[in-house]
Amino acid sequence: MDWIALTLSLRLALLTILLLLPLGIWAGRLLAYRDFRGKGLVEALVALPLVLPPTVFGYYLLVAFGAASPLGAIWQQLFGRPLVFSFEGLLLASVIFNIPFAIQPIQRGFEGIGVELRDAAACCGMSWWRTLLRIELPLAWPSILTAMILSFAHTLGEFGIVLMVGGSIPGETRTIAIAIYDRVQAFDSASAGRMAAFLLAFSLVTIALTFTFSRRPGRGRR
Amino acid sequence: MNGIEVELVQEGPIPLAARFACAAGEVLALVGPSGSGKSTILRCIAGILSPRRGRIAVNGEVWFDSERGVSLSPQVRAVGMVFQNYALFPHMSAIGNVMAAMDHLPAPARPARAGELLGLLHLAGLENRRPAELSGGQQQRVALARAMAREPRVLLLDEPFSAVDKATRQRLYREIAGLREKFSIPVILVTHDIDEAIMLADRMSVLHHGRTLQTGTPEAVTSRPLSPEVARLVDLRNLFHGRICEHRPQDGRSLIEWAGHRLETGFQPDFAIGSEVAWVIPDGFIVPHRRDRPSRGEHENPVRGRLASVLHIGPTAHLALRIEAGEPHPLFFSVPGHVARRNGFVAGAEVVVSLLAQGIHLMPPRQSGAPPD
Repeated sequence: MDWIALTLSLRLALLTILLLLPLGIWAGRLLAYRDFRGKGLVEALVALPLVLPPTVFGYYLLVAFGAASPLGAIWQQLFGRPLVFSFEGLLLASVIFNIPFAIQPIQRGFEGIGVELRDAAACCGMSWWRTLLRIELPLAWPSILTAMILSFAHTLGEFGIVLMVGGSIPGETRTIAIAIYDRVQAFDSASAGRMAAFLLAFSLVTIALTFTFSRRPGRGRR
Repeated sequence: MNGIEVELVQEGPIPLAARFACAAGEVLALVGPSGSGKSTILRCIAGILSPRRGRIAVNGEVWFDSERGVSLSPQVRAVGMVFQNYALFPHMSAIGNVMAAMDHLPAPARPARAGELLGLLHLAGLENRRPAELSGGQQQRVALARAMAREPRVLLLDEPFSAVDKATRQRLYREIAGLREKFSIPVILVTHDIDEAIMLADRMSVLHHGRTLQTGTPEAVTSRPLSPEVARLVDLRNLFHGRICEHRPQDGRSLIEWAGHRLETGFQPDFAIGSEVAWVIPDGFIVPHRRDRPSRGEHENPVRGRLASVLHIGPTAHLALRIEAGEPHPLFFSVPGHVARRNGFVAGAEVVVSLLAQGIHLMPPRQSGAPPD
């Protein structure tokens, strides 16, 4: 078992969902409640990472993060090192490729809160913030949790984009999925098998948890 | 004035041309078919929606005034609103729902006050149940308690009785009657049910496409509608057209010509002789003649016809009488079931009825300025 790779993967996944939590709540709520010009396009962009081959997506991220790109250049100037093939670059890529897994469930969660409930909150005298904290977030919570679990599991499992943007630098960008690939390449099937079994068990548990939470026991809404 | 004054005008997306007032302690019913803008009007009063133009004032305080650019937020307007599907917060207990509307009170005072309100609505003992664990009627009373929790200055009820059974409804009618005695605030009730409006409201306002067509006591609106449109909306089925042929101020009568009959009506001199009028007669002013012996008032507008249909619904028989001379619409009236049976009122039977003159109400055939529907 490559413990360094596993720790790196867990760190990456944890930081990814920490960054995605506020972003997902903001964007998911916006897409659920607001109608604006170009909303269809925004929703398509949100879903795009689901259908794009990881190599294609990874290629564009590599170009966007590279030293020749504005983002890469600014990063280089600020921190004195390149964004690509770094943990930070990997984290940024991870946030981006998890956008559909985070935003879509949260959007559905907010959409499930009827407009009457929010009107009722206003008629009860609740401010925007109070409505968000006391009505919307508690009701959307199962969806938010689902989104976070999905993003976490997906980060652990992502391979193509990680390889394109991060490569396989031990302790910096070599995640557990990459480590498995490396072990297989080195004909170390025992090690690869253990790590694969771990990921399999972990994924199964997360999916089971997701289903349990998304069933919302005892919350009959009309 | 003490109460609420409302004037709302907009061309779209939902057209509005509504104007009404409701005094403290009064129940005003907004009546109209679905899509007539009733719920939109309530939402404008609550501040959830803003109309293009208009003015809303409560006890002299302006909540909305398009000309002066005033529009208070729903959080500031103290309204109590009961939504059609109650809109209870599903993750909160009954008492939690009521306390959610008590941000104006210091936190330690809330549980006692909320418990008091739940007790008032006969919900003691159910404080800790979630909405999903309550029956429809109980949920609705929680919604009512929550609406009152804010100490509102106007109570808005959006079709509150549509989703509960008849027995529950009767009970809620009583709850609301009790509440209005305890809290002297204007109550605006939206309903599409005319009978409900007649039973609960002091006055009703008939709406169509967002326009208030007539406001008055239920008795006035349902027996003396201003236009054929209102007559149709309040379910007056005996709506016909005739022509004024004579005014007799000396005996307080006007005469109209209709389907070969000359009908006496109350003196209604506003209509010129020879002009076309629409007229209605409520069910209760059509009296069938008995076969075995002459009944009182038989000389009053006798009309002969043949029964097109006889429907016994519960203790009442609903009859449709087809007039022979050139009137395509039958006259609808109802009598107690035993009266129908004793008099042999079966489909096809020939029957003579009197149209009582005091019940015949004349209207312009189409209200001027009103679009045809």
